[in-house]
Amino acid sequence: MKEEPRRIPVATDQDVVRVRQLVRTVAVEAKLSLVDQTKLVTAASELARNTLVYGGGGIVEVYGVRNDFRAGIRIVFADEGPGIADLELALTDGYTTGGGLGLGLSGARRLVDEFTIETAVGQGTTITVTKWCR
Amino acid sequence: MALSPEESGRLADLLKEHADGLVGRWAELVGVTLQGRMTRPELERQTRELQRGFQQAFAAGARDLADEEAAELRAQLGELSATRARQGFSANETAVSVFAFKQVLLGILGDAADVQTLRDYVAFTAFVDQAALLTFDTFVRVREALIADQAEQLLELSTPVVKLWEGVVAVPLVGTLDSARAQVVMERLLQTLVDTGSPYAIIDITGVPAVDTQVAQHILKTVVAARLMGADCVISGIRPQIAQTIVALGIEFGDIATKASLADALRYVLGKNSYKVVVAKRTER
Amino acid sequence: MERVPVLKIGDILLVSIQIDMEDQTALQLQEDLAEKIVATGCHGVIIDISALDIVDSFVGRTLATIAAVSRVLDAETVVVGMRPAVAITPVELGLSLPGIRTALNVDLGIEMLAFSRDGAWAEDAEDDENEADPAAVPTP
Repeated sequence: MKEEPRRIPVATDQDVVRVRQLVRTVAVEAKLSLVDQTKLVTAASELARNTLVYGGGGIVEVYGVRNDFRAGIRIVFADEGPGIADLELALTDGYTTGGGLGLGLSGARRLVDEFTIETAVGQGTTITVTKWCR
Repeated sequence: MALSPEESGRLADLLKEHADGLVGRWAELVGVTLQGRMTRPELERQTRELQRGFQQAFAAGARDLADEEAAELRAQLGELSATRARQGFSANETAVSVFAFKQVLLGILGDAADVQTLRDYVAFTAFVDQAALLTFDTFVRVREALIADQAEQLLELSTPVVKLWEGVVAVPLVGTLDSARAQVVMERLLQTLVDTGSPYAIIDITGVPAVDTQVAQHILKTVVAARLMGADCVISGIRPQIAQTIVALGIEFGDIATKASLADALRYVLGKNSYKVVVAKRTER
Repeated sequence: MERVPVLKIGDILLVSIQIDMEDQTALQLQEDLAEKIVATGCHGVIIDISALDIVDSFVGRTLATIAAVSRVLDAETVVVGMRPAVAITPVELGLSLPGIRTALNVDLGIEMLAFSRDGAWAEDAEDDENEADPAAVPTP
């Protein structure tokens, strides 16, 4: 089951804040525990910033999902930026090309339950994360 | 496979006509499976209700268990199954009670050897199979709900966070810690630190029989989180076997203070707060 | 862009972050604080983050930088009031915030700054606890 996504274009710093607030709202609606809400919002903040800084902006979609057992939230971060050349390296703690701490991708992956990434050089990057209710 | 309207009509008549014999024989069969764990009158009452349920559903023209006309029967089956689940019967025993109905009906049909009777019987057994599956389904759901309830109760009665001294709180952990419980306890501890403004916490694991990697990780994460909040944790009551496990698992406790007993931990924390514990002078009585 | 106010109270600069900060706001705060420390000659900085509902790597890095810059300018930084749910997340994120001193609330933060400045606890705290329990005597 999949409901209509809520989407936010990410082009400025202010949009990253709006993504955080939207994810928080949806997480509260889905009755995620406070700690899980915080983890998901933090992950969304990292990934939305990546979309802005490395992808040159893009689109974030947030929607509620449900499988046989439980409900959850899925967020898709899509950009049409340069893509990631070495995925394994990009997912390593401490690796960065943008002057950050290098925890965005690897850290965000640890904060969610499911994490998939599609990327190709010159064709942008799409990251999908899911957090399930306990 | 749905029954035809004629089939359900004929079945309704058949069930009505043989009601008493049917119930008796059915209760007898079910009694054998349940091996005397329910009294005969009770069984007869239950089977009579079921028999009536089936009969009414057929009479109302139910062709499939999912039909509107069979709603009451479905409710009955669900109720029966839920009761059995709570009484501790197995799912098998519950489903067999329904399956026995087929055998009973076969007995009533007697020696009639025409094709129509055979068709009726086959259609009927399909219906009963659906009914048994429904009880199975309900049974599993009720049991799952029971288990979830119990797990929740366990979490609730798990662990108090107590104030030991001004600025010092302690969590005495008792019993096996699984990941979920460890998480609940730790979140509660962190919240108490904020609520009471206590800069020190003692996690006492004297009552914990075993620590696996995951639980140890939870404790470590809590200590780090507490530090980020501005509080220090001391772990006390580490038993010899657990110390062995911790080392064997290669878990690094790093610079986290560990003490043998809760008393040692309290003394240590008071010491950090510039208190010294001394024996009070006794006054003569 | 909103701006986070920096208040001077005695020898301490107090910052209470009450908004969901844009990255730019965080960087601005970093600059403002450095300038304020030099301008006022304060030796302590308290950053209250009890209203923040997340600390991601950017905010974490900003806090660490503020602490490091302050130290160079001879001021001690204490981050106070991090919420429990928020504190659990950096641990998983892999963010350890080294070099940042923390306290549960503003009160304890002020106490901590006083302690590290004088090398001893504020003296009045001693008297209160003294009579409470004869078994636990504060060392002189």
